[in-house]
Amino acid sequence: MVPSSAGRSPAPSRVGFSLFGAGSPALSRRTLMRGTALGAGALALPAALAACGGDDDKGSDSGSKEVSFGSNYSDPVPKTAMESVLKGYESKASKTVKINTVDHNTFQENINRYLQGTPDDVFTWFAGYRMQFFASQSLAADISDVWSAVGSGFTDALKKASTGEDGKQYFVPFYYYPWAVFYRKSVFQQRGYTPPKTLDEFKALCEKMKTDGLNPIAFADKDGWPAMGTFDYLNMRINGYDFHVKLMAGKESWTSSQVKQVFDTWRGLLPYHQPGANGRTWQEAAQSLVAKQSGMYLLGAFVGEQFTDADRADLDFFAFPEINSQYKQDAVEAPIDGFMVSKKAKNTSGAKDLMKYLATPDAELLFLKSSPNNVATHKDADTSGYSQLQKKCAELVGGAKQVSQFLDRDTRPDFASTVMIPSLQSFINNPNDVDGLVKSIEDQKKTIFTT
Amino acid sequence: MAMSDLAPTGTPATPPESGPRGRRPRRPRRSRRLAGRDVVVVAVLLGLAVVIDIAFIWGPTIASVVLSFSSWNGVGDITWVGGQNYDNIVNNYPPFWPALRHNLLWLAFLGLVATPLGLFFAVLLDKELRFSRFYQSVIYMPVVLSLAIVGFIAQLVYSRDYGALNSILGRTSHPTDWLGDPNINIWAVLAAVGWKHIGYVMILYLAGLKAVDPSLKESAAIDGANEFQTFWRVTFPTLRPINIIVLVITVIEALRAFDIVYAINRGRNGLELLSVLVTDNIIGEASRIGFGSAIAVILLVISLGFIVTYLVRILREEPR
Repeated sequence: MVPSSAGRSPAPSRVGFSLFGAGSPALSRRTLMRGTALGAGALALPAALAACGGDDDKGSDSGSKEVSFGSNYSDPVPKTAMESVLKGYESKASKTVKINTVDHNTFQENINRYLQGTPDDVFTWFAGYRMQFFASQSLAADISDVWSAVGSGFTDALKKASTGEDGKQYFVPFYYYPWAVFYRKSVFQQRGYTPPKTLDEFKALCEKMKTDGLNPIAFADKDGWPAMGTFDYLNMRINGYDFHVKLMAGKESWTSSQVKQVFDTWRGLLPYHQPGANGRTWQEAAQSLVAKQSGMYLLGAFVGEQFTDADRADLDFFAFPEINSQYKQDAVEAPIDGFMVSKKAKNTSGAKDLMKYLATPDAELLFLKSSPNNVATHKDADTSGYSQLQKKCAELVGGAKQVSQFLDRDTRPDFASTVMIPSLQSFINNPNDVDGLVKSIEDQKKTIFTT
Repeated sequence: MAMSDLAPTGTPATPPESGPRGRRPRRPRRSRRLAGRDVVVVAVLLGLAVVIDIAFIWGPTIASVVLSFSSWNGVGDITWVGGQNYDNIVNNYPPFWPALRHNLLWLAFLGLVATPLGLFFAVLLDKELRFSRFYQSVIYMPVVLSLAIVGFIAQLVYSRDYGALNSILGRTSHPTDWLGDPNINIWAVLAAVGWKHIGYVMILYLAGLKAVDPSLKESAAIDGANEFQTFWRVTFPTLRPINIIVLVITVIEALRAFDIVYAINRGRNGLELLSVLVTDNIIGEASRIGFGSAIAVILLVISLGFIVTYLVRILREEPR
């Protein structure tokens, strides 16, 4: 079938792609040599560049006057806020702080390698299991002596959140942002709603909102983590903080009747949640609260970021309602951000001195000026500059018997991200197979918590 | 296949050195032409390349395979656990099978839907329609976007509450959850991927089609072939090198797919892919390096399947 003119046509292999060497023309010595040299040069160049980049950090161990500070505050507003905090220290202690800011997510993802390599003396981190993990791997320095100097400024709950598994302190808390059920005052006033105290009242309120044409509870879990907040609160209200902590530490079974009850209760509440949560970001869900389409939203205080300054005064919250009278509303979920000293610090005494400064109310307030959705951790922090909402947040956490950190900070990060995120998303898609779900979580948990 | 048809008729017309007989005796002559100093230079330059190849390709590959039999969090000690990681992946890791399925679906969709469409558009545009330059630019435009950007665009289009698609379809009271419903989101994403892939394939085929000698088609027409026959029996076989490139690109695109789903929802809830699972397990604070390596090895084996098949075909056809 092939026409005989094929002989004259450009052979297919000549059409310009000799990539696969189908008909490479005679290879002369010159082209071979040139090609090899070019190829080797192209390959060697990136390697040479990479070799140049490695030595950057080595010249920084000058006198004990300089402390290096690894920061994940990479967004412009918190970045300048953190800079002003550290400038405050520089002028006060006449020392220099070398700030090394890394993109927030990159910092978190590389923390392992960072701490094992050439870490900064002080670095930003989170309280809870996430802190304890690095403490127990002896990548963080014991700062109990700093705590004996500054400890009187913090509540016991905060001290507990800064303490490693060995009973020593490794962390200085800076600020926190509680999770609660947020709503718009104007909506509640207009419709005559009152903040519920118990689960039954909560459900009755949801029912009323539904008949009023509102979507009762805004809900989003596309990012994977927001639904963890709902799980945490249900578990702490139904089974108590201690059970929650043990469950997070892998010491309780996920197939237990307690955990099943959490998911069963959640299933009862799901019809009041915004449908299609797995395709929605928390920002979009928050916008439905802003637009008064949703009545309530269980989220961290950062939900205020989605409100304009004028609207933010209309934002209010109530604590997650009581379910079991034994545990009332004792526990509050309030992730804490703060600082740690790395074990490999070149200037440990300078780092500890900086930590003492960071544990002062002045430093905290300097930072909070620019982030009105957080609350300072220090007892003596001046609250006169706080907004109504900030004051209420401070009261909520101040009155808490226990403070949890959030699921992905209270358990192993690998368990949280590779097991809990997919599991909660599949629960949202299909809430009816609780038995299969908890069994799958338990089976996976066993493989992770062995190491 | 096309070459073997062409070769007998082609041999007498082409000069002898490019024919099969002219080539064989050349090889030894070429190496003899290199003097001693040249051999050293070539050895050094090639040696450098080989060392880099081993250090950056074979080293990590072998390390992955070795680590896949271990349990290691990146900080503490490595414990060897034998095949336990593989056992857990297959039997006790719910995202694995969906991820494997999605990778294969991705490959099937690109190979059976997007690539033929790209070829189809290339053939249409090759016909010098009016405005063909315009169509060509429009179809090619998505190719210059990175898949991560395509992912962001997809979110604007598919968002359940604020997306363009639900507004256009008028589904505002019962919106379709294009990206959140695990049964349909993979198709929504594949549509976006295809949007980009079609343009890529089209431009490759268009380049190939422009290089096809028109006299081929003319003589086919004189022989009484209709347009359809001309394309399948004459034009398409001459596109063989392009086909190979497109095939390779399609397989690579399907196996390395990552950025778009990561941009959309970090590759979860119906958008799992093997590459995402590797990243999820290895990158992060307390990494499951052994477990993630085992998934990487599975991905490697699948890739090797395609690479070996491809190489076998190429090597079998080459020494003619």
